[in-house]
Amino acid sequence: MTAATGMARDRAPSRSAAWRNLLRDYPLIPLTILLVLLVLTVELARPGTVSANWAAFTVRQAAILAILAACQTLTMLTGGIDLSIGYIASMAGFVTATFVHQPGGWVFGLVVALTASALAGLVSGIGIGIFRVHPLIMTLGMGLIVFGFSNVWQLQSVQTGAGVPPELRTLGTGLTADVIPNDLAVFVPVAVALILMLRRTGYGRMLYAIGDNPVAARLSGVRSWQVLVVLYVLSAVLAAIAGLLQMGLSNTASVTLVTPYLLPSVAAAVIGGTSIVGGRGGYSGTIVGALILTVLAGFLSIVLPEPWRQIVFGSIVVLVAAAYTRATAAG
Amino acid sequence: MSAATTRMDQPRQRPADMIRAFGRDNTWTLGLLGFLAILLAFTKFVNPNYSLGSLSSTATSVLPLALAAVAQAIVVISGGIDLSISAQMALTSCVAATMMKDHPGDGTAVAIVIGVILLGMLLGAINGALVVLTKVPDIVVTLATSFVFAGVALLVRPAPGGSAAQWLKDLVVGPAGIDLLPKAAVVLVVIVAVVWIPVSRSRLGISLYAIGSNPLAAFRSGVPVSRTKFISYVLTGLVGAFAGLSLTASTGIGSPVPEATYVLISIGAVVLGGVSLAGGIGGVFGPLVAVVVLQLIRDDMTFMRVNPNYGLVAQGFILIGVLMAGSFIQIRRSRA
Repeated sequence: MTAATGMARDRAPSRSAAWRNLLRDYPLIPLTILLVLLVLTVELARPGTVSANWAAFTVRQAAILAILAACQTLTMLTGGIDLSIGYIASMAGFVTATFVHQPGGWVFGLVVALTASALAGLVSGIGIGIFRVHPLIMTLGMGLIVFGFSNVWQLQSVQTGAGVPPELRTLGTGLTADVIPNDLAVFVPVAVALILMLRRTGYGRMLYAIGDNPVAARLSGVRSWQVLVVLYVLSAVLAAIAGLLQMGLSNTASVTLVTPYLLPSVAAAVIGGTSIVGGRGGYSGTIVGALILTVLAGFLSIVLPEPWRQIVFGSIVVLVAAAYTRATAAG
Repeated sequence: MSAATTRMDQPRQRPADMIRAFGRDNTWTLGLLGFLAILLAFTKFVNPNYSLGSLSSTATSVLPLALAAVAQAIVVISGGIDLSISAQMALTSCVAATMMKDHPGDGTAVAIVIGVILLGMLLGAINGALVVLTKVPDIVVTLATSFVFAGVALLVRPAPGGSAAQWLKDLVVGPAGIDLLPKAAVVLVVIVAVVWIPVSRSRLGISLYAIGSNPLAAFRSGVPVSRTKFISYVLTGLVGAFAGLSLTASTGIGSPVPEATYVLISIGAVVLGGVSLAGGIGGVFGPLVAVVVLQLIRDDMTFMRVNPNYGLVAQGFILIGVLMAGSFIQIRRSRA
């Protein structure tokens, strides 16, 4: 291993080494190339598929996946992961929907949903930050709890009925001027805020520091527990936002609406170049990762039956992750 | 690790010391067993009809999950994690149910069972080879292969169906002779005794713990880290195949849709059973007790006519509550 690396350094950088450095230092470039190739493949396989309308539909769905993947990106930077987001997002959408016919309307429901999500995130954050429970297991347990409560809430609100608020439907489904998805009005500010947070603020730096070396971070005066508590609250609120958008997009409210996106959200962050062991990555890569996965899933759903779709999807995730690992191990 | 070596270094211990040492090494599991005893008493209290006969139905329903937890425990002890366990179970279960429907007969069923066990080992080998060769984190590899395995399961059986040989069904349902002894529990004990106990007592078992607790130290001590890691996944696939077969045996069919809860609860039970997610610590007995505890809590909720969804909430709270308490004690102890 070390010998091989040494040799690679001594020689003039070969073509593959150059590719690897590119992948390591500027993951956005190869990712964007991959995305363009993918879009070209779609167009070649099914001429006429790629259009302004197709792009709008893709971006609309990808924006939601990208917000969910933001939860994974942020937590993975600290060496954690958030497995509760599928249930939290579904719960947020469902709770909001049940308040449609209630006094106070869905806006009150929205407040309740966001508060409940933040509370779930707070408990996760306390468990992970203060009690140092492994994030995987903490968010897993929190997911079960949220799912259980959502089911109870579902039974309680059978009489009142639920409905997707028209405003959220417009936000989730609508296209402005037929090409610009309305949910970008939510996604773009969120994305800009997250990228600025990670690159320009002390809090963002602390996320990387904790993931890179928790002991060094602590010795440098980072109060890890405060950072982590805030992080998991943030993650839960982001999940809730994604859940509301997904409910608007699919025009259904259910307690399992967003759960199928849990694994793709992890995959989007990994494909986007964020390391699951922490300390390396960023949100811009995740956004491209979410776009790649959405284009891929849409394309596969046209050309392949469901079983093969899953098989190809899984294989591609392994391949891309393997390429990253090679690139980062070689340096 | 340390427990295993001390016991090997001093083969002739006095019985009292051995008991004390056992208690010290297994504090967590013993505590969990105590909790289980209280829970059983509570079950009898809330549901006076709960008898020894009910034990066997509990055992039958808990068997697939218990085997999933054993499978998960093996890979977690070795420092990995397997998110594809439920997809492995779905695939092996579908293959078993489909083959048994197409080729009925008790004799062929035996051949099918052996084939499915080999298939499980192959699935584990795929996971292990990918983890070792690509060096991608276990969680990402098994996440991706879970899609692949579930896809293949859908190819095998587009819809739930198939059938199971009668002897296979008889193997897990009902009591074995006396009420106190559910057949499913016997099956479980036999599988654990045949697969895990010989492994854990051998050099391989020590290697598994070694690579889980510190791969670098294990490597420098001459443990073949990659090969051991690969074998840990093969073992997980092997037990995962038993879990899939037990699904077919208890339901009589194969369903291509993986139960996501098997992954979640198996990891939860492993950690609740005293296995460290960081690897190298724990055994398979604790996770087994934890699975029964988690199942009994849900059953009790049903008996008490509580909305069963609160059972999920209770499972979640017990999971994180116990772990928070456990790590709180650990943090305080390390400060003292």
